[in-house]
Amino acid sequence: MALSRRTIALAAGALVLALVPPIAALTNQPFYVDLVRRMMIFAIAAASLDLILGYGGMVSFGHAAYLGIGAYAVGIPAFYGVENGWLQWGLAITAAALAAAVIGAISLRTSGVSFIMITLAFAQMLYYLGISLETYGGDNGMRLAGRSRFGGPIDLRDPAVFYYVVLAILAVLLALGRRLVDSRFGMVIRAAKSNEARARAIGLSPVPYKLTAFVIAGGAGGLAGALLANQTEYLTPDFMHWTRSGEIMFMVILGGMGTLFGPVIGAVALLLLEDVLSALTAHWQIILGPILILVVLFAKRGLFGLVAGAETRDG
Amino acid sequence: MSITLGLVLEQTLNGLQYGVMLFLMAAGLTLVFGIMNVINLAHGSFYMVGAYLATALTEKTGSFVLGVALALPATLLVGVLVEIVALRTLYERDHLDQVLATFGLILFFNELVAIVWGRAAIFTSVPQFLSGHFRLLPGLPYPTYRAVIILVGVVVAVLLWALVTRTRLGMRIRAGASNRTMIAALGVDIRLLYTLVFGLGAALAGLAGAMAGPVYSVQPGMGEAILIQVFVVIVIGGIGSIRGAIVGAIVVGMADTLGRAFLKPLLATMISPPAADKAGPALASMSIYLLMAAVLFFRPEGLFPARGRS
Repeated sequence: MALSRRTIALAAGALVLALVPPIAALTNQPFYVDLVRRMMIFAIAAASLDLILGYGGMVSFGHAAYLGIGAYAVGIPAFYGVENGWLQWGLAITAAALAAAVIGAISLRTSGVSFIMITLAFAQMLYYLGISLETYGGDNGMRLAGRSRFGGPIDLRDPAVFYYVVLAILAVLLALGRRLVDSRFGMVIRAAKSNEARARAIGLSPVPYKLTAFVIAGGAGGLAGALLANQTEYLTPDFMHWTRSGEIMFMVILGGMGTLFGPVIGAVALLLLEDVLSALTAHWQIILGPILILVVLFAKRGLFGLVAGAETRDG
Repeated sequence: MSITLGLVLEQTLNGLQYGVMLFLMAAGLTLVFGIMNVINLAHGSFYMVGAYLATALTEKTGSFVLGVALALPATLLVGVLVEIVALRTLYERDHLDQVLATFGLILFFNELVAIVWGRAAIFTSVPQFLSGHFRLLPGLPYPTYRAVIILVGVVVAVLLWALVTRTRLGMRIRAGASNRTMIAALGVDIRLLYTLVFGLGAALAGLAGAMAGPVYSVQPGMGEAILIQVFVVIVIGGIGSIRGAIVGAIVVGMADTLGRAFLKPLLATMISPPAADKAGPALASMSIYLLMAAVLFFRPEGLFPARGRS
């Protein structure tokens, strides 16, 4: 079998990601380990959103909420001296999935624009809840007492170890996502996206499937939040701010929605763009805004379509 | 703090005043959605632009009334420009594209305002002739300025009702909302109609912003805080319905204001005061979202779903 453009691109991408820590160490640029790790964490968040947005057609504008819940699920136990990572991250996934179950159950009663507004409003509600948590820093947020502890060789305080943990989680989640999307479950949510009336007509009832996808995406978003709290070692309600939800959504579109690797490319590209623009001027958002509009208007297929070739319909 | 009748009355009026601001925003947004089927996140930016322009023009002309009066056509112009440059290309796109593109517009406007007027909040004062209080009841003064806001809101609501139900333009707006292909086929310049309605919505948001200046602080990003509450208004009221916007705005304005004022003392009578101190503000800031969830649970289409759409 001849190697397709897509396979070559993926292998090259994986190789580059795996080589970042040694290269950064050799060139004495530890900053890049930090930056790429941050990109991969947002890639996890974006990929989880893509499951419901790209494959399920549910335009959730509140994905940052799960990021915030995950972050607080690490920060609050740490505040009380509980630093066990299994416990913290488990709590992050469970709490975010639970929140997604409640939000999804209510939001999925509607569709279209209402769905967008409601998911946005719920995320904003959690944002205000975060602000009112005076014990945990309120508006200003709080420092994370210490990174999650897992014992053994997994010491997140070592930047390279933390890096490979994030890379491994990203790889596992993408592999699981691939299987999920190709499974019967994935076919049902894709069918519901392309034509819900027809999906119903052939005897499927899409809502339970959509809700399950919503919950899975929420849980994965929670895990990304737990990672993000460890990354910044600081957490604030701003993790849940609605502009953050917009950013994650933009990552998905920029990379190519409804593709497996698109969100990863989108996260890398957007954070890189922000990095470059903010070095250029303090008012970088005045450039980013119009870029966003142009991407939506003219490059809807996303970067993944460019990298993998126009023939690729699905990542 | 004890709850007296006078306090309840005062806070109810404050709730009404906030509801009026929400209505001015919601009316434009819901009209634009009803007619063009466009969700415009940048609607909050017109609120912000209106507030900044009114502040700047008040300073330049030395008159608050003149400043607000000039800010209105200026915001309308900004709205028309945005419609022609960006929104027009989005009518045929899906809601996701509209959300993202208008999100881009928000980033642009917030930064533009920060460049022109700086990032720091600007505090303006109520003009001299409106700064006093008047006697609502014996022994119960109420700020004149807030009462004027309520009055302006009522006048605008009546004018809007007359415009939509009694004029030729209103007839076209209603026709456009129920079937835009048909009205275009009948020879109405639908693009001009869209531009007009969008500009009108922007001007209403600008009016809300201009009046908000002396009550709240004027700063970049001020539009989004209120915009998300306006979404709650529209979702509760029913998307595309002016009547729904009025009812939703008053319900949300009341719930938010009364919740902030009375939840804490009410809770304190049920649970321990320190616990109420913590739970009160948290619950108050979440109250309108819980209300929205409750409404949606029973009426997923909102209280007054607009006719003519499924």
